[in-house]
Amino acid sequence: MALDPILLSRLQFAFVVSFHAIFPVFTIGLASYVAVLQGLYVATGNSVWDRLGLFWTKIFAVVFGMGVVSGIVMAFQFGTNWSNFSQFASNFIGPMLSYEVITAFFLEAGFLGVLLFGRHRVSPSVHFFAALMVAIGTFISAFWILATNSWMQTPQGYEIREGVLHVTSWMEAIFTPSFPYRFAHMALAAFLTGGFVVCGVSAWFLLRRRDVEAHKRALSMTMWLLLILAPLQAFVGDEHGLNTLEHQPMKIAAMEGNWETQSNVPLLLFALPDRELQANRVEIGIPNGASLILRHDPDGVVPGLKEIPVEQQQPVWIVFYSFRVMVALGVLMIAFAIAGLVLRRGGRLYTTRWFLHGLQGMSLAPFVAVLAGWFVTEIGRSPWLVYGVLSYADAVTPSLSGGMVLATLIGYVAVYAVIFWAGIYYLLKVVRQGLDELGADEEVHDADRPMRPLSATHVPFDGTTASSRS
Amino acid sequence: MEMYDLSLIWAVIIAFGVIMYVLMDGFDLGLGILFPFAPDEDARDVMMNSVAPVWDGNETWLVLGGAGLIAAFPLVYTILLPALYLGVFLMLAGLIFRGVAFEFRFKSKRTRGWWNAAFAGGSFVAAFAQGCVVGAYIQGFETADRVYTGGAFDWLTPFSVLTGIGLVVGYTLLGATWLVLKSEGHVREWARGLIPKLLIGVLAVFVIVSLWTPWIDPGVFDRWFDHLQVIWLLPFAALLCAAGIYFATRRRREGLAFLLTLGLFIFTYLGLLVSRWPYVIPPDYTLWDAASAPESQFFILIGVLFVVPIVLTYTAWSYWVFRGKVRVGEGYH
Ligand code: HDD
Ligand code: HEM
Ligand code: HEM
Repeated sequence: MALDPILLSRLQFAFVVSFHAIFPVFTIGLASYVAVLQGLYVATGNSVWDRLGLFWTKIFAVVFGMGVVSGIVMAFQFGTNWSNFSQFASNFIGPMLSYEVITAFFLEAGFLGVLLFGRHRVSPSVHFFAALMVAIGTFISAFWILATNSWMQTPQGYEIREGVLHVTSWMEAIFTPSFPYRFAHMALAAFLTGGFVVCGVSAWFLLRRRDVEAHKRALSMTMWLLLILAPLQAFVGDEHGLNTLEHQPMKIAAMEGNWETQSNVPLLLFALPDRELQANRVEIGIPNGASLILRHDPDGVVPGLKEIPVEQQQPVWIVFYSFRVMVALGVLMIAFAIAGLVLRRGGRLYTTRWFLHGLQGMSLAPFVAVLAGWFVTEIGRSPWLVYGVLSYADAVTPSLSGGMVLATLIGYVAVYAVIFWAGIYYLLKVVRQGLDELGADEEVHDADRPMRPLSATHVPFDGTTASSRS
Repeated sequence: MEMYDLSLIWAVIIAFGVIMYVLMDGFDLGLGILFPFAPDEDARDVMMNSVAPVWDGNETWLVLGGAGLIAAFPLVYTILLPALYLGVFLMLAGLIFRGVAFEFRFKSKRTRGWWNAAFAGGSFVAAFAQGCVVGAYIQGFETADRVYTGGAFDWLTPFSVLTGIGLVVGYTLLGATWLVLKSEGHVREWARGLIPKLLIGVLAVFVIVSLWTPWIDPGVFDRWFDHLQVIWLLPFAALLCAAGIYFATRRRREGLAFLLTLGLFIFTYLGLLVSRWPYVIPPDYTLWDAASAPESQFFILIGVLFVVPIVLTYTAWSYWVFRGKVRVGEGYH
């Protein structure tokens, strides 16, 4: 069997971007959290915040490093494997990616050093400022990359001349119909990721009765946040779906596992979609459910996959199940947020063992939901790379042979496997070390720092009181 | 817009971005290559600490190079990357390993040796692959109808291997002069001792490449031997810098030695650029053939003009925060 460079390139892209994506969603949320902690420290002078900040900064450093190295790979994928796409769309994606670099990546990188290593070289408020800049940088980055992706989903503001795309309106091309929804949904996903990881780790410490006071605070604060964000995410996701129904009806058809365009479509909870049969083998659903959600009317008409030829239909079952996994996890998150609220009465939030154990497990949920969500979005749009404009086959690099792609695919899998497991190992190690040791470590240096940070102005901005730590 | 040649402006900006990358990531890649030869583990700590706060920013210039190319000269991006497909993978794999080694090495005890190796190996592979790219670029690419038509290994030739070695030695020299600047005691003495040897290595490759380059292609030959004699100033200036590095090191003028090494790189780089100017994908396409639409070049130019000065300002600030010597045992996080 000949190796198909298109299929392999898709696999490779899916692999490297999925790997990359799990780090940014975490760092976007965590960067904001670190900034909040450092801000609280500056505002209150309470060193609990600084200790928590230092602890999460260490974790942030590992995750951020992995995000950066896997992101550098992404910047070259467009050229190595999708050069015809780059050639065709460069007039749009080129400026977008460049703006991302100059407005976001440099901002993150420039202040990252000060955030990670500058603790004893700058005052707490400058340190807080650095944390804030890194956090803002991660959002600017998400803005550009999601604008680019949204344009590929719902392109507008362009014309095609001599086989090359030209932008006619930057405003239209950047703010495409799906962009506001995607950006909101992704930002919430990032906060949910950060939030559930923080809760999971705090729960771990509370179960072991280590640094109880600090982790109680962290848990309480974050559970309030989740109580607002988790339901909000479901609402935004629903709006996102309605928008997709308008612009990419076939994606919705695959998500709902709906083959015939018809009214009174049920909301399927379980089904076995089968492309050969052009129908579902088994179906368990709520009558009229999909029609109600999507059209707010039991008689509402929902588009079906049979509107397009079989070769153009997506691998329906992946889209179908990814969507269900994401939504199920979203509902579970809401359930946990509400359970947390109930358990607050009588302070059981910090002691109920099943809940704390559950939170530990839930720290993985957002990662799975995020990947599932991206699978829905990206696979749901196939066979188009730019929806309705450019197909995968027209986008791939012509000089690629299947063997070349296979070689690098194996290479990436091997490299990522090594650093992924090493990363997890060191993250767990940092977590296990906990705050205690750091606290002791900090005290040594409190000597060369004023106790009350707000009176710290006499400490030189760059105080050369570089510490010697072991 | 008609009044200005946007493509020309962009060529200057990209050339600036590339040399920024070479100079800034060059010294930290160089330190990585020197890593296995360090006298002891303390020295390795100092070496890594001297670049840990800035390496991420340094590599961002590489990302800017990639993104800037799609934005301004998409043809370069879409021919170079497929042509260098396997080389690019090697470079990325190298950068990945050294990037995570920064984080993992400090957090490990038992496996520290592995991360030392990952840091050194990753730096070496990345530097070598970048050097090969330079060689492949001078040789030119096989294209038809604006797509790459050559094979998977066209970029790997004796000439490109030589430029690969050249860049490895060059980065190592840059790393050594940086380390002299940033360290003290036995670490500094060790690095100082390396400089003359590395200088000899750099000069040897420099001479061979200079003699070889004109014979690669008649166009390059004419460029150097026909007219335009002013360009002979470039290699001459590079040699002057080399001599300067030697004497500055002997007189312990650390800052000067580092600056002169930067000068050596800049003049060599300019020499390579004039060999092929204005072809950006030799031998077929000039920078005007490769350009993107003027409205796209213009749109991102506005951003660059406003934002890059700010970027340079806070980059400088960050170097200033971490100025001065790094001491043994001085910490991470
Ligand atoms: C800038 C654009 C962009 C962004 C932000 C993303 N993708 Fe994407 N994705 C593409 C641009 C793209 C693409 C270039 O359009 C691909 C590559 C080739 C292809 O199959 O479409 C693609 C394909 C693709 C595929 C394979 C689809 C298939 O083979 O049918 C998967 C699973 C993902 N992506 C997953 C993701 C994830 C997990 C992302 C989270 C960060 C993500 N994508 C962000
Ligand atoms: C195909 C799509 C993508 C490409 C080409 C890409 C490219 C990159 C590159 C080159 C970097 C490293 C920059 C550096 O050196 O600092 C990076 C990091 C980053 N990316 Fe992506 N990226 C993609 C998808 C995404 C998505 C979907 C998001 C989130 C919404 C995202 C958010 C980030 C963030 C926040 C960083 C900073 C590093 C980190 O937080 O770990 N990227 N990306
Ligand atoms: C609970 C109810 C939820 C609903 C109804 C929902 C709805 C949707 C829909 C319809 C899409 C596809 C949009 C398109 O491609 O056009 C989507 C994508 C996505 N979802 Fe969800 N979602 C929910 C929960 C979550 C949760 C909890 C997370 C993560 C923490 C999440 C993360 C994502 C991501 C990362 C994407 C891909 C990016 C995008 O297109 O926005 N979703 N979601």
